[in-house]
Amino acid sequence: MLIGLLITIPLLTSLLLFALKDRPAVNRKIALGSSLITFVIAGMVLVQYLADPMGYPVFHPEIFHSLGIEFSLGLDGLSMLIILLTTFLFPIIIYSGFGNETERRSSFYALLLLMEMALIGVFTTTDILLFYIFWEIALIPIFFVAILWGGENAKFITFKFFMYTLVGGLFMLVAIVFLYVKTPGPHSFAFADFYKVVLDPSAQKWLFLAFFLAFAIKIPIFPFHTWQPDLYFTAPTQGTMLLAGIMLKMGVYGLLRFVLPLFPGALNDLGLYAILLSITGIVYASVIAIRQNELKRLIAYSSLAHVGLIAAGVFSRTFNGLEGAMLQMISHGVNIVGLFFCYEIIVRRTKTGNIASLGGIAAKAPVFSAFFMIILLGSISLPLTNSFIGEFLLLLGVFEYNGYLAAVAGLTIILSAVYMLRMYQHTMYGEVKEATAGFTDLTRQEIAVLVPIVLIILWIGIYPHLFLGLAEPAVKSILAFYH
Amino acid sequence: MKAIVALTILAVLVMFFGVRKMKKVLLPLIFVGLIITMILNIREWGTSVHYFNEMFVADNFSIAFSSILILIGILIFMFANIYYKGVERPLEDIYALILFALIGGIVMASFGNLILFFVGLETLSISFYVLAGSKKFDIASNEAAMKYFLTGSFATGFLLFGIALVYGVSGSFNLEAINAYVVSCHGSVPMLFIAGMLLIFIGMSFKIAAVPFHFWSPDVYTGSPTLITAFMTTAGKVASVAAFYRLISIAFISLHSELVATLTVISVATIVVGNLSAVYQDNLKRMFAYSGVAQSGYLLMAMIVLGPKSAGILLFFVLSYVISTITAFAVLMLIREERGTFFIPAFRGLAKNNPVEAFAMAIAMMSLAGIPPLAGFMAKYNLFVLAAEGGYTWLVVVAIIGSMISIYFYFKPILASYFSEGEPQHKIESSINFKFNIIICTILMIVLGFLPQVIINLL
Repeated sequence: MLIGLLITIPLLTSLLLFALKDRPAVNRKIALGSSLITFVIAGMVLVQYLADPMGYPVFHPEIFHSLGIEFSLGLDGLSMLIILLTTFLFPIIIYSGFGNETERRSSFYALLLLMEMALIGVFTTTDILLFYIFWEIALIPIFFVAILWGGENAKFITFKFFMYTLVGGLFMLVAIVFLYVKTPGPHSFAFADFYKVVLDPSAQKWLFLAFFLAFAIKIPIFPFHTWQPDLYFTAPTQGTMLLAGIMLKMGVYGLLRFVLPLFPGALNDLGLYAILLSITGIVYASVIAIRQNELKRLIAYSSLAHVGLIAAGVFSRTFNGLEGAMLQMISHGVNIVGLFFCYEIIVRRTKTGNIASLGGIAAKAPVFSAFFMIILLGSISLPLTNSFIGEFLLLLGVFEYNGYLAAVAGLTIILSAVYMLRMYQHTMYGEVKEATAGFTDLTRQEIAVLVPIVLIILWIGIYPHLFLGLAEPAVKSILAFYH
Repeated sequence: MKAIVALTILAVLVMFFGVRKMKKVLLPLIFVGLIITMILNIREWGTSVHYFNEMFVADNFSIAFSSILILIGILIFMFANIYYKGVERPLEDIYALILFALIGGIVMASFGNLILFFVGLETLSISFYVLAGSKKFDIASNEAAMKYFLTGSFATGFLLFGIALVYGVSGSFNLEAINAYVVSCHGSVPMLFIAGMLLIFIGMSFKIAAVPFHFWSPDVYTGSPTLITAFMTTAGKVASVAAFYRLISIAFISLHSELVATLTVISVATIVVGNLSAVYQDNLKRMFAYSGVAQSGYLLMAMIVLGPKSAGILLFFVLSYVISTITAFAVLMLIREERGTFFIPAFRGLAKNNPVEAFAMAIAMMSLAGIPPLAGFMAKYNLFVLAAEGGYTWLVVVAIIGSMISIYFYFKPILASYFSEGEPQHKIESSINFKFNIIICTILMIVLGFLPQVIINLL
């Protein structure tokens, strides 16, 4: 029952905001309130879930059944983790946008909340057609957000992203339709029935490629990543937070939910190439990040590098790799939102993201520099921060698959330290430049956004037990397909 | 049957009142008449009455498609007010011709006898030929009418020849009797019969604008008056598709396996050529013509895979196509009215000035492209599942590739309207009436996306 609320509350609030007159001050509070309520409900769902993890009831309202629609939502450890991430990040993202006064602000928040609904739908549905529908629905709000409030050349870049992702999704649709036809007995789209499908090897290969394409474009995995840096740069910062923090997790979720359980044979043959592509992406993105002079692009490339490692861990199909992937999804989401918010704080005051023209901010804003440092250390996976646990498990998983590949993948730790610390040194230390002369320290609103992020970074880093505990049964159930 | 009677009376009344110069009465009369017709039509649901010696068969299939035709009539007349605002010439002949075309269409959906099929087809086609040229002083309209008439008559000639051959061999015009004859041949059907059958399908392929018989379609649709184009592209396709399906599923059902190869080639060619050609169009009206060609390709898929649900899926696809197309054309009409052109730049800034119209256009385009959760997606996906279940692997792949290509040109108007560069255009004045109609259509497209099974299970 509560899961149903998780979807309906953002949807209703979004429709309400579309209908109301554009009074930014009031409407943004409505949006924030709604996302906070959703977060609280997610907490209640968590409590309910922890009481009985295996037997969480499926939400299957009868009303839809009479119309012939199979609308069912369920939960397991993996979904629970990502729902917590989504509902935690949304109030933060919404609140972080409060400082920007652009036109038609309530439509902006309405679109964000529509995204929340679609994302929660993707992560909780137990019916693959519904998964596809929510997957495509999620594209529409981000399309409008990026085009309407985006920076230079928004139209072309966003349309490129849109078509790219849509084409990947259509390949996935073909695969879904074929799997549907092969489900035993009366055909159905439920996950449980899909897992029972028996496939011959050549069919498995094609279907695997179709699904892989869709998710590789979403995550993105090299070489399907070309839409990412431009889009992250041109979209409004809240949009980028959404894209990097949550949307790309849809791709990893899809890999875990569908590709791993359904195509073990194809993965045995082609998994090596998938890992190779992922690891290539890590090194490629890290090297480019080192050469970046623009802060937002640098963060975008760093995100690309980190998700490459997550994908590599997933394809390693080891216990540690999968657990690391699930945990790192959460950590990466939180860290990247933190990083982009720090970027926004800088740009709000200095009107530029060019690293060369920034400098000496730490002297002017010590509180900000402290927060920024913690988030940055989280991003480069220092022990005691959240992504240390994740990256350690991921590297362990890749190592169990192949030692040499793990060595190359491990370069990410070194390289990320290089570009991140270099960026920090240039922007925070050194002499005060013209742009940063009037840098004021954090406002209360900004502190309110950064504190929860930092707390999560430290909590997961020091005591990840709760999160690992959620992930473990999910990992076991996925690995059950490999025996 | 009652629907046809009601429509005929309505058409005569329209002409009568027109002659009497009582212009204000026409549209309200037509609405009342169409609603009565719809009610009479639906009341016959479930009863399967055959009239005139099995010539006219009013079974559920025909009632469903007739209802869609009447719905098209209602939607077209909803926008006729705006389209013909300020036009001096008498309009009753155009309205009556539209009604006559609807009658022809209903007959085409309900025939049990090839002669009646021909009668319905000609009624529809001749009304279309005249309607295409209804803008008397516009060269493009005249040219469209001439092209349509010449090529259409040519195709009708093929069709009639095919009917003659089929009759000659099988001895009857009746669909069931023809099927009985084919069954009695036990596999060795005379070549003349096959030739006749193929000629009939060539004629029908022309009518639904399937490749390679589609060449008339872009020029005719671009040249005709926009409202008439909207009417032709919807009613013409619905009637022809219904007739096509009737032919395939009743008369030639036993020969279906031989037809599959031909139909598959035509369908694949239509999807590919239609979508690819539309990519290069800057004139939106022409783009819609090509997109209509591509949609015919998808519709043919349902005829290739004759499963138990084919008729229902065809019905749903046609319904979502009709609503999306008419909405798109309505917005197109409005833009042409104000900006004087059909080219993409005319759409710039639409979202700022006319959010309702821009949104309706966006939903219509997304539905045609097949974006969930709209009606168009449900229609396409049901079609793909049908084809996959029938084992037509490659057909589904081609159809999906076609959908991918179509995303590009369906999104051109959406991008232009929400993209606010270009000189600031002023707000287009549209009446509350127009907005209301558009909103109804948009709501329908969204709601139908959630209710596909309701429509599909009707048949």
